[in-house]
Amino acid sequence: MRFAVTKVCASGAKARAGLLQIGSSGVETPALLLSTRKGLPAFMSPDLLSSLPLPDSLLLNVCPTHFIEVPPSKTISNIGGLHRMLGLPDHILVAAAGESTECLPSSDATNKFGASFETPAGRKLVKPSDYMELISCLQPNLWASLADEVPAWVNEKRNKTSVERTLRWLDACIALDAASGRNSLGVVVGGSSIEQRKLCATEVSKRNVSGFWIGGFGLGESVEERCSLLNAVT
Amino acid sequence: FVFCLQVLGRFNRARAARLTLPHFTCQTPLFMPVGTQGTIKGLTTDQLETIGCQIILGNTYHLELRPGSQLIDDLGGLHKFMNWKRALLTDSGGFQMVSLLHLADITEEGVTFQSPVDGKPMLLTPEESINIQNNIGADIIMALDDVVKTTITGPRIEEAMYRTLRWIDRCIAAHKKPDVQNLFGIVQGGLDPVLRDICVRGLVERNLPGYAIGGLAGGEDKDSFWRVVAQCTAGLPEDKPRYVMGVGYPLDIVVCSALGADMYDCVYPTRTARFGSALVPEGVLKLKQNAMATDERPIDPSCPCMVCKNYTRAYLHCLVTKDPMGSQLLSYHNLSFMARLSRDLHMSILEGRFPEFVRGFLRVQFPKGDVPKWVHNAMEVAGIDISECCTPTNCQHDAMEAAGVDISEFCPPTRCP
Repeated sequence: MRFAVTKVCASGAKARAGLLQIGSSGVETPALLLSTRKGLPAFMSPDLLSSLPLPDSLLLNVCPTHFIEVPPSKTISNIGGLHRMLGLPDHILVAAAGESTECLPSSDATNKFGASFETPAGRKLVKPSDYMELISCLQPNLWASLADEVPAWVNEKRNKTSVERTLRWLDACIALDAASGRNSLGVVVGGSSIEQRKLCATEVSKRNVSGFWIGGFGLGESVEERCSLLNAVT
Repeated sequence: FVFCLQVLGRFNRARAARLTLPHFTCQTPLFMPVGTQGTIKGLTTDQLETIGCQIILGNTYHLELRPGSQLIDDLGGLHKFMNWKRALLTDSGGFQMVSLLHLADITEEGVTFQSPVDGKPMLLTPEESINIQNNIGADIIMALDDVVKTTITGPRIEEAMYRTLRWIDRCIAAHKKPDVQNLFGIVQGGLDPVLRDICVRGLVERNLPGYAIGGLAGGEDKDSFWRVVAQCTAGLPEDKPRYVMGVGYPLDIVVCSALGADMYDCVYPTRTARFGSALVPEGVLKLKQNAMATDERPIDPSCPCMVCKNYTRAYLHCLVTKDPMGSQLLSYHNLSFMARLSRDLHMSILEGRFPEFVRGFLRVQFPKGDVPKWVHNAMEVAGIDISECCTPTNCQHDAMEAAGVDISEFCPPTRCP
């Protein structure tokens, strides 16, 4: 995976254009990650997907927790991982544990061992080892680490815990990764606290990650809050 | 005026033909998928073209309810509305009335029913049905018939048959676009050969562009079913298409084609897909079964469709009945299967290898040789020797059989279980 910033804005503005290159596929950024259900965008089989404009239709967000029970890991591996299983050999598949429709993070059930998600198969506790087992059989191009994403209204203590856990799990995931984090996106959380956000971002940057997944948004913060929080992170 | 049927090849009663319609030139035998509301659930018209669908069926009843046939006409007809370039066929609306609405009542005037929209009493007459179908603009339109289930007995069947003949004249009179839309009559008469014969003659007298065999596919026993088809195809003109409505299972289509039918429609392939079942040469593959969870093969290794080229049974298993994508992918495969069956029927008749195709088909569906008796009986009338597809009996002639030559008339009938 290679990423290069191709153009920045003048006078200190943060926006930038870039190029993300994975294998033989290149995507200009900013780009949209298409959300999927069990790996395919809703109602879009591969033949229909290929009729969408490039390059955004190359970038898919896959949720490993959609595959938490079926098919079995061994079967997924035998088939050849996500790209073969989905019939999308040339696409860029980015894995992240929680998502906003099918696998909502359920932070009150999360504990020190793992993150809890409301999945179609019921509530599931996912430990870093469970998560990395999924990642290793799915073989996405990029994967976000397991994170403790909490809503904007939790108290300071819970928010602080979420940052600590997220960092711990990031280290655990990288340790379990055969490629030692080469295709990883470190997740940055911190809820609505500017201080925690900055702390988390700084800490994640120290790890051997290839990029960053800015998480914990869309969970109750206001739009105004989001801007200043994002600003703190970037 | 663009409509004709040209028979290109035959084997006994079976025909391979070219059916020229205003929007598309088709090859028969052919299967028509059902696109109830102007769409085949889960598939785009581009995909249907890729799959090889030639004619799609639209339901008049549903389309008139929503969005309304007048609106469709104002917007340029159903072809334009649903963006389908090839051929369309609409049914009369009568069958849905009777099957969907409990309070439908049939009188000489038409079918009275309670509107599902507001409960008001409504009336579908032959004139109104044709008017709606004229608005929709399909290449083939169906006469409103008085359809009764074949499981019903008694004078109702005779009444329905004669009424169907009276209604066809009203349909013909009401038809405003005979130059671009082809009105098919529907043969009724239940399982009674006398009634069926009267109906066939009556419709043939009207010299319609095509004829359908109706009132079947409703739970009658298979032996009665094929006999009605055989009788009707024998009595209908050679140079006009024969459409068996509501059929169906691949086996039924093969048998009816052997007996001289050309066109079929059924919700079965798409409906069974939504329940997680895939059509395969051996029969049906139920993707929901636990064994499928670890099965890394495609649905059908011999199938060239997009689904079989890309997906394993294991992945489809995790989708079916839980995610719409499962229905979509199975519908895609099942319609590909039906389109391939249609092509195989056409080509095997055209290329003079129809009996071999039938035998091959039966061998794969019935590997133990347990071909049903009704299929035997039908194939005998069709003049196709299928004795080698059955479990061996004490019949001597198997070893002497020359390819494609039916010598069963020289031997006692084979006894298959």
